Amino acid sequence: MMTIVTNSLTEEHNETLVTSGVSKGDVSDFFALLKPRVMFLVVFTALVGMVVVHPDIHPVVAFASLLMIAIGAGASGCLNMWWDADIDAIMIRTRKRPIPAGKIAPGEALAFGMTLSVGSVIVLGLVSNVLAASLLAFTIFFYAVIYSMWLKRSTPQNIVIGGAAGALPPIVAQAAVTGHVGWESIILFAIIFIWTPPHFWALALVKSSDYERAGIPMMPNVAGPDSTRRQILAYTVLLAPLGLAPVAYGFGGLAYAIVATLGGLGMLALAVQVFRLREGEPAMRVAQQLFGFSILYLFVLFATLLAEHGLGFFRPVFG
Amino acid sequence: MIQMTKPASRLSPEEQKRRRKRSLALALSLGALVLLFYVVTIAKLGPGVLQRPM
Repeated sequence: MMTIVTNSLTEEHNETLVTSGVSKGDVSDFFALLKPRVMFLVVFTALVGMVVVHPDIHPVVAFASLLMIAIGAGASGCLNMWWDADIDAIMIRTRKRPIPAGKIAPGEALAFGMTLSVGSVIVLGLVSNVLAASLLAFTIFFYAVIYSMWLKRSTPQNIVIGGAAGALPPIVAQAAVTGHVGWESIILFAIIFIWTPPHFWALALVKSSDYERAGIPMMPNVAGPDSTRRQILAYTVLLAPLGLAPVAYGFGGLAYAIVATLGGLGMLALAVQVFRLREGEPAMRVAQQLFGFSILYLFVLFATLLAEHGLGFFRPVFG
Repeated sequence: MIQMTKPASRLSPEEQKRRRKRSLALALSLGALVLLFYVVTIAKLGPGVLQRPM
């Protein structure tokens, strides 16, 4: 059934959009294919991955590396939209994306995504090093192939394993500016990785009918809402202390320790509420609150690290 | 069945406007890439790269 939808969508769009041999998409449609909000998060976390190690490299090289990581992330988002155009057309949340909305043909999106993927990896290799370029190529492959083409439609653990792709940018960034992968970026990776399940499952609880209609096996649709709530709580119990790991490893200062403690308690309080409230409007409202707060939590953690290391606000907690 | 295709030269004003914008964006991106390569070269190798004997 899914294949039939894909084929008919692809043929229809290719016929209507490329009949004259000229693309019909606007510049803003192509930009939307790059998932700008995800790109912003990638740039932000990658920048923090760079700043916390105080690299001894020219700012221009660091900027160019960051730009290529951003373009690589955008390219993987574009390939994701190309592959998922059939289910994006079904879901209310995604049906206005450029391909299902009929603004860009699938073939154009594929060409655009592949060009940017190859280009960003090559240029990152040239401006920084082969390790960083290889890690960026792996990130794009992991998101576009492992997550989008395989995990997303086959297992409720899709966003758990696929979350690795979203967590890799600090590692790529540290490799780009130092030539190796250190504990700092691995800890930042772990924080984003463990943060991903409660973040997405809170959204999945609210949008479960949307995912159900598209046939995506999200945790609430497969294991049920109650099991999802238990797992959200379990991951949040792991996340709250993990958020303090930068302090233990010495690159999170006093301000970070305070923010991570308060933020972790806030996440825990909301996860407990999500676990307790299971029926009706209050249950949906608290899940929505957890989703919103989780974005704020991650943003504030990384922004604090950025301020401590980039603006000189670092005050050590120990000694 | 053979599709009747509209010649590329008969684009509507709106399609022409979008094509111009895409062309402009592509030109600006290529220009930015050239500038990026130049600046990164200078940053990595230093200004001496421009003063090598022929």
